Amino acid sequence: MKHDRFDRWLHGERDSLLNRVELRPQTEYEPSEEELRKIQAEHEYLREKIFQVEQNYKLRLFQRLYRVAALVFCVVFTSIMLITVSWLPKAGDPSNPANPDSNEVSARYIERGLQETGAVNIVTGMILDYRAFDTFGESNVLFVATITVMILLRSAPGQEEEDNQLHPGREDVILMKVAGLLVPVILIFGVYVILNGHLSPGGGFSGGTIIGAGLILYVNAFGFARIQRFFTERTYKTICFCALTFYCLAKSYSFFTGANHLESGIPLGTPGAILSSGLILPLNICVGLVVACTMYAFYALFRKGGF
Amino acid sequence: MIWEWFRFILGTLVLLTGVSIFLLEVFGLYRFHFVLDRMHAAAMGDTLGIGVSLLGLIIFSGFNFTSLKMLLVVVFLWFASPVSSHLIAKLEVVTDEDLEQHCEVKR
Repeated sequence: MKHDRFDRWLHGERDSLLNRVELRPQTEYEPSEEELRKIQAEHEYLREKIFQVEQNYKLRLFQRLYRVAALVFCVVFTSIMLITVSWLPKAGDPSNPANPDSNEVSARYIERGLQETGAVNIVTGMILDYRAFDTFGESNVLFVATITVMILLRSAPGQEEEDNQLHPGREDVILMKVAGLLVPVILIFGVYVILNGHLSPGGGFSGGTIIGAGLILYVNAFGFARIQRFFTERTYKTICFCALTFYCLAKSYSFFTGANHLESGIPLGTPGAILSSGLILPLNICVGLVVACTMYAFYALFRKGGF
Repeated sequence: MIWEWFRFILGTLVLLTGVSIFLLEVFGLYRFHFVLDRMHAAAMGDTLGIGVSLLGLIIFSGFNFTSLKMLLVVVFLWFASPVSSHLIAKLEVVTDEDLEQHCEVKR
């Protein structure tokens, strides 16, 4: 059995690359006999002295009522679900609108999508016009996920300098030279994919991912100190806030113009031109910005616990 | 007509060459057991195999914008994949303590 440093790191002896973090496999907490008895005694004490269960009439009533109410709630909820399921149409029923053969919605997307949204790429027309609110929710999910990871993983404020010394970058000349050549190309390609989202396959999500990957390559080659010159936590917050707010305002505005997210009052333009199809292009840019920032933020948070 | 047939046969030959290089790569991957040996086999497919296969596709598609994009894909992969192989090899050399058992090490 070979026990190299990687194996030892994998099985949790110490981090061979950092030397600072000690990784141990976690064992499940199993209280001993004595501890169990102590916990039991404390529980009994609480019941008797604090809540006075024997004398407290209201509490006893509440406990019984709670059980009954929980049971009733479960039964009602389950029966609602079961009744709903029993009312579902049969599979393969031709009169069922959800059946792919007789689905009016998808037929309408294909037949009138170009006319109504102005986007040559029908997928983009769907996700950013017909179902724009769904996409808004997805962008918000990305933002909330990043915020949650930030709460969990962000390192203490004073640790920033030490972290930067631990991840200096600029270690590998080959990687640095190639990254210097490739990162601009990758970023430009990502911008191209985002801006052409309504004309060719692509759009905010794929373009944003490409830009995020370019940023990650940049960090790996040149280090966190270098990227902090133009991308910090503050930049992240500003970009995400502005993009999501613009998206929210743009789509809330469409409630005043018919509430079907189609008539935005902006002329659709010629299909196929870069400045066409109304709100889709700015919305694509917003989604792309959020996705790119999220990609990079996840990487930075998991690698060193900050931007 | 003759020109079309010639292009088709040439493209097929080049594409088949690329695919056989990939087969060799897969064979090498399973034949060797040490990381650096396996990377040597894998790198062949990453550079030569990709290049030859995409050259066959370029011959199929002719001289247009799509073939230019494929050429750019080849250039990108020839930049990116040797560098990633280099980084993997570096990680192996840095973290493996029994490196002397597998290859000569100049200290």
